[in-house]
Amino acid sequence: MAAVTSLGETPLAGAAARRPQGMQRRRRRRLNAFRYVVFTLFGLFVAAPLLAMLRFSLEGTKLGTWSLTAWKQIVSYPGLAGAVALTLELAVITSIVMVVLLLPTMIWIKLRVQWMSRAFEFLCLLPLTIPAIALVVGLAPVYNRIQHYSLSALQLFWVYVVLALPYAYRALSSGLDAIDATTLAEAARSLGASWFTVMFRVIAPNMWQAILNALLLTGALVLGEFTIAYLLLYNTLQPALYSISRNTPNAGVVFSTSMASLLFAFALLTILSYAGRQRRRG
Amino acid sequence: MSSPVTSTTGAAGRTAVEVRMEGLTRRYGAVTALDGLDLTLRPGELIALLGPSGCGKTTTLRLLAGLEDADSGQITVGGRDITRLPASKRDMGMVFQAYSLFPHMTVLQNVAFGLRLRRVAKGDRDRRAMEILELVGLTEQAARYAHQISGGQQQRVALARALAIEPQVLLLDEPLSALDAKVRAQLRDQIRRIQLEVGITTLFVTHDQEEALAIADRVGVMRAGQLEQLAPPTEVYSRPATPFVAEFVGLTNRLPGTVSGSTVTVRGQDLPLVDLGTPAGPVTALIRPEAVTLASEAAAGSGPLAGTVIAITFLGATSRITVNLGETTIMAQLPTSDATELSAGSHVALSIRPDPVLVSVAENNSVAASEA
Repeated sequence: MAAVTSLGETPLAGAAARRPQGMQRRRRRRLNAFRYVVFTLFGLFVAAPLLAMLRFSLEGTKLGTWSLTAWKQIVSYPGLAGAVALTLELAVITSIVMVVLLLPTMIWIKLRVQWMSRAFEFLCLLPLTIPAIALVVGLAPVYNRIQHYSLSALQLFWVYVVLALPYAYRALSSGLDAIDATTLAEAARSLGASWFTVMFRVIAPNMWQAILNALLLTGALVLGEFTIAYLLLYNTLQPALYSISRNTPNAGVVFSTSMASLLFAFALLTILSYAGRQRRRG
Repeated sequence: MSSPVTSTTGAAGRTAVEVRMEGLTRRYGAVTALDGLDLTLRPGELIALLGPSGCGKTTTLRLLAGLEDADSGQITVGGRDITRLPASKRDMGMVFQAYSLFPHMTVLQNVAFGLRLRRVAKGDRDRRAMEILELVGLTEQAARYAHQISGGQQQRVALARALAIEPQVLLLDEPLSALDAKVRAQLRDQIRRIQLEVGITTLFVTHDQEEALAIADRVGVMRAGQLEQLAPPTEVYSRPATPFVAEFVGLTNRLPGTVSGSTVTVRGQDLPLVDLGTPAGPVTALIRPEAVTLASEAAAGSGPLAGTVIAITFLGATSRITVNLGETTIMAQLPTSDATELSAGSHVALSIRPDPVLVSVAENNSVAASEA
């Protein structure tokens, strides 16, 4: 009995057509499996230390017991609350100074003195190549003078601005490259806008996400900075945690404070990214 | 002696101004982008600058807008010298080639931006912006953002934004080049309609000759930083001043010929020359494809303009046929009804309409123009 096939399709041709589909399906399955494995490994790598930190921060005085004492000690432990407050203030000041200094400069260079862009990029990225210890050696006389006159520890923001410069530069640079700043500026100029208006009412609002990223990176760097503050004898968060871990048999408060600072950075990241998305949607 | 007219009142009651550029020069290092350009836009006139890339047309527009500074020369608008005035103080509306709407603003906010800078009260500026949006037919898109409307609509908003500030001069820098053909034609007509309605002096830069010929009162053809010809579109097309203009605007057959007296002989056919001063001798005759027609059937297959059809290009109402004459080829533009009877490989005889022709004298590339 003759097999019935549709016009133009022989059983052989149908099999040939099905073969690539089957191969594609197998390839897709393999790719998905690979993705899950990589994602799981990466998740474990990131989550394991965090979970360990959380566990240690919740351990009671006796083995196998649980307690919130370490979390309560964040505000009551001598000197710790002050260090947290100082660090947060430094993060805010450094972030604001950074954006106020860097954003107009970068826009100006992009629009008016583009020939300087390479040299400016080099200058901004330079701090990446200088070890913190070398910075401390150079800055020690300056900060000795500051301490001599009992100026506020907030003066640390000067050096933090330098430290955060490469990260903030990269974030802002990618935002500036993503828009046709020259055409937008020329359009605004032809409508009668001053350079100030061009920068702050035309270009900057279109870099909102990049500005948030720069703020976040700067803030995160200040929250985690240890070397300079410690060597210049300032009691910010990280030196305070180090001091506690060295001098206290119960290190729970170190873990709870570290965990809190991580959660704070994570919350900040979420808020900023949400705010950026909202603006993009308009 | 009467003073030159520097302004007139247009259809919309607006005062149109004259724009005068004299001896404008702009150099970029060793490259001279503009070489002593003289160009005057009459009040309310639309001039299209046409030319190949790098000819200086966009530089001219940018110098007029104040986005670049001239090395030398003078620009006056309505008799006022604006050569050293910054862009923000020149009172010119500009539409760019790239989409230039502010992405963080709605269509209405974009159009009202210039009015806001001029401290027009919010109610008045919104009303004025809506009026202009109505002019370009986009009132329904007023609350949308740039990314929510099409490219053609974006350019219409850009036009509305430029017109909202009631500028003295409108500058259009290849505003249609990013759009597809149909939208381009529609918007081109709309720009011309609005320009006539508003009566604003306009400089339109384009590399698309069809666009320039269709929209402009006068067309300026530029090459190497200089104007080769400035004339109404029909004159630029039918009486090109130089071989460059003849070749750049429209298609041209280059056929060898010999000048003797008041005629040039091209493949056995005598065609009139207007410029009787053309020296006798060999020249290259520049003949439009429209001037080449099919000869009578009796002549088919013989004569110096007989040859074999090698290609037929359908252009709509007309078709272009390319005929191999042996040592050269010639293009003829025929009504499609005539061309459909032909096919590649057909033997045809052609004749050249005895319109006066432009000739290019070999070697020095000088030119003698003839009347159409």
